[in-house]
Amino acid sequence: MLNLTIDGKKVSVEKGTTVLHAARKLGIEIPTLCYHEGVSPYGACRVCLVEVVKGIKTGLTTSCTCLAEEGMEVKSDSPRVLESRKLMVELLLARCPEAEKVKDLARKMGIEGVRFKREDKECILCGLCVRVCQEIIEASVIGFINRGANREVETPFQAQSDVCIGCGACSSVCPTEAIKIKEMFDKRILETWHTELELKSCKICGRYFVPKKELEHLKEKIELPEDIFEICTDCKRKSLTGKIGEIKTGAI
Amino acid sequence: MKIKNLKDLEELKIKGLESLYPKRTKINVGLGTCGIATGARAVFDSIADEIEKQGIDALVGKTGCLGFCQREPLVDVWQPGKSRIIYCQMDPEKARDLVTGLAQGKTRKEWALCRMEEEEFIIENTKKKYSIKEKDGKDIPLYREIPFYRKQKKIALRNCGFMNPENIEEYIARGGYFSLARVLSRLKEEEVIEEIKNSGLRGRGGAGFPTGLKWKFCRDARGEPKYIICNADEGDPGAYMDRSILEGDPHSVLEGMVIGAYAIGSHEGYIYVRNEYPLAAQSVERAIRQAEEYGLLGENIFNSGFNFRIRISQGAGAFVCGEETALLASIEGKIGEPRPRPPFPAERGLWDKPTNINNVKTWANVPVIIARGADWYSKMGTAKSKGTMVFSLVGKINNTGLVEVPMGIKLREMIYDIGEGIPEGKKFKAVQTGGPSGGCIPSELADLEVDYEKLTQAGSMMGSGGMVVMDEDTCMVNVAKYFLNFTKDESCGKCTPCREGIKRMLEILDDISKGKAKETDLELLETLARVVKDASLCALGGTAPNPVLTTLRYFRNEYEAHIKDKKCPAHICPDLIHYSIDKEKCTGCGLCLKECPQTAISGEKKKPHSIDKSKCIKCGVCFEVCNFDAVEID
Repeated sequence: MLNLTIDGKKVSVEKGTTVLHAARKLGIEIPTLCYHEGVSPYGACRVCLVEVVKGIKTGLTTSCTCLAEEGMEVKSDSPRVLESRKLMVELLLARCPEAEKVKDLARKMGIEGVRFKREDKECILCGLCVRVCQEIIEASVIGFINRGANREVETPFQAQSDVCIGCGACSSVCPTEAIKIKEMFDKRILETWHTELELKSCKICGRYFVPKKELEHLKEKIELPEDIFEICTDCKRKSLTGKIGEIKTGAI
Repeated sequence: MKIKNLKDLEELKIKGLESLYPKRTKINVGLGTCGIATGARAVFDSIADEIEKQGIDALVGKTGCLGFCQREPLVDVWQPGKSRIIYCQMDPEKARDLVTGLAQGKTRKEWALCRMEEEEFIIENTKKKYSIKEKDGKDIPLYREIPFYRKQKKIALRNCGFMNPENIEEYIARGGYFSLARVLSRLKEEEVIEEIKNSGLRGRGGAGFPTGLKWKFCRDARGEPKYIICNADEGDPGAYMDRSILEGDPHSVLEGMVIGAYAIGSHEGYIYVRNEYPLAAQSVERAIRQAEEYGLLGENIFNSGFNFRIRISQGAGAFVCGEETALLASIEGKIGEPRPRPPFPAERGLWDKPTNINNVKTWANVPVIIARGADWYSKMGTAKSKGTMVFSLVGKINNTGLVEVPMGIKLREMIYDIGEGIPEGKKFKAVQTGGPSGGCIPSELADLEVDYEKLTQAGSMMGSGGMVVMDEDTCMVNVAKYFLNFTKDESCGKCTPCREGIKRMLEILDDISKGKAKETDLELLETLARVVKDASLCALGGTAPNPVLTTLRYFRNEYEAHIKDKKCPAHICPDLIHYSIDKEKCTGCGLCLKECPQTAISGEKKKPHSIDKSKCIKCGVCFEVCNFDAVEID
């Protein structure tokens, strides 16, 4: 176990624990935007900055990427930390004035107004969608294009993707609802990724319920009876509750 | 042939010396990128052509850059028994005349930059004195005496311009690969690291981390294999010393890398060279092939059992790839983006293996330190910055070029002695050191002794050694805007402060330069600069605000003049200047009227003209063409 202090409070954590998790163990809340437990830490939004004291030197670092060390002294609420975090959120708010999660964070931090020219973007470039697609789905459909202020998340050549399975994990992990997915009859349309995918209809009710490509992807990854992939979740539930009912009434 | 021992090396040295100092005339043309850009290839061709045409018994050779880029193309003439003469600003016609003259025993003094009677072989601590029988060209100044070279001490640049980079034997003749021979035959790995540590050598890429310590960290790190990398992703505007070394003396870098690899315990290395340096990449590639052929690279180097290979990796042209973690990502074939450190590359670098990365100049210093010893090296420089540093002296300065000087030299000496002052007798205003990540140091600090610490204290940094000199006609708001525009484009965009912060700083600067900014904007600019510097993921964002912070620190009044008085004191920002015609001085010649692209100027012939401010686009043409100084800017 490693012993460190955060804001003067002592905490022991296992080797490999991040400062963010050590702080959470103490009940100290550190805001995050680009962090998600399911994917590798990225250190890009800089909202989770903390101050780490190293001898006479102190430096700002992201708590989501910084690993706890024995004897480490961390400040999560120093004026330097709070000023930097606030400015990060103000910069992101100027970029995405309508993003609820950023607005919430700004409200909590007491940010009253934005001192910069407002843009109307939706994406804060946290990269969660990119990491989920690469690390969890293992499809690597999207990535970053361009540099600096022109950076965007996109499919290669900003064209229809032939590897996207339409799972929508990117959209569900997105903190700012920037990724638009809609369904139209037998198609799932991933507008943000210029991609349309055919849906499969349920063997029982006939409703279109999942992109065919996603099913193929799942079949390759998980070994399950073929039938499982043919029926929509509603029908699966119905059939399951039916079976439970039968058990209860003594039919089985 | 494979070199197996010192005897083999000595034999090649003799061959190399014959090539460097042949028994007949040899005309060398500097064919670095800077030379080629000013027409050195045509000069080379015309010399070769003329020699053949006239059937003269002379050789024509190529060398790298001698550093005095402003006077390129440079041609040096070696004639046995005579002083070596370096001619400057040559063109094909002059070159033909020169060859014809040589055939008749004539020296063209009017084109000569300097002459040499001896050469310093710094690595051997010897002076190669030419046996001069015929004293001629006495009124041509000596190489050591001309202001540009007088204060220089060439260690990293020791061979640039003095040998053919394509000829490994010439490198050996000038003491090359003898340090490697010594290391592999007589020194233990730890002893090499100790020597480098004691020399005080620090990373010449800019951050100045002690090289020996870096090597030790990598040597001690667990994990195999270990990698050695040469960072040649030189991207600062106005800095080109790494390119010059790779083009003019690639073997010095290779030798340094093999020594480092031996000390660290690595068998595989990379030279990461930017795509914009095709000539440098070619030069290194050729040098690697030659070194492999001679058994100085590859398997069983010097018959010692030690193996080390070097590969070239070319970037796609992103400034951020000079940052070491981004560089590693780029070699791995990923997007060139930095990642948080720790873990440092010494621990987890290329493909997560221990990796040591040093700059071109750092590697080029290594063979000399091994040859001359840590004591000798550490006697040069200041308390914490040892040895020499290569600067590219550019901008508003009379002598531009690559300059290698001992650490601790005063800015004043750089600008007035080596650079011989500012053109047109204008006043020296500031110097930007360290490229776009550095800062502007004002003329009041001209006595600053240039080393890592002093530059950092002044708010700037050593960086890769860029030195952009500015004169009184420079607007400091505009300078800050220029550099921030560069970092805005070159930021990878991964982290919020660098991507969003630089963009916002630039917006404020733009407002200031247009007279649209409020006084509170200055405070916001300062806060942004401070926080971006503090909160960014890598050194790009961590240093990008330096031009803003230093110009605010030293030239705040200029910012205030833009904001409060809506004036640009240097008369640069177009939105804040107005052109008018002094009726007393105007002769009504009509030249400005004729040249004005907006027909904003009116007036009868021989009567004072006037400018219609509503039509004027402030292009400055009238100001430039007026022969009577009648056009005024306010």
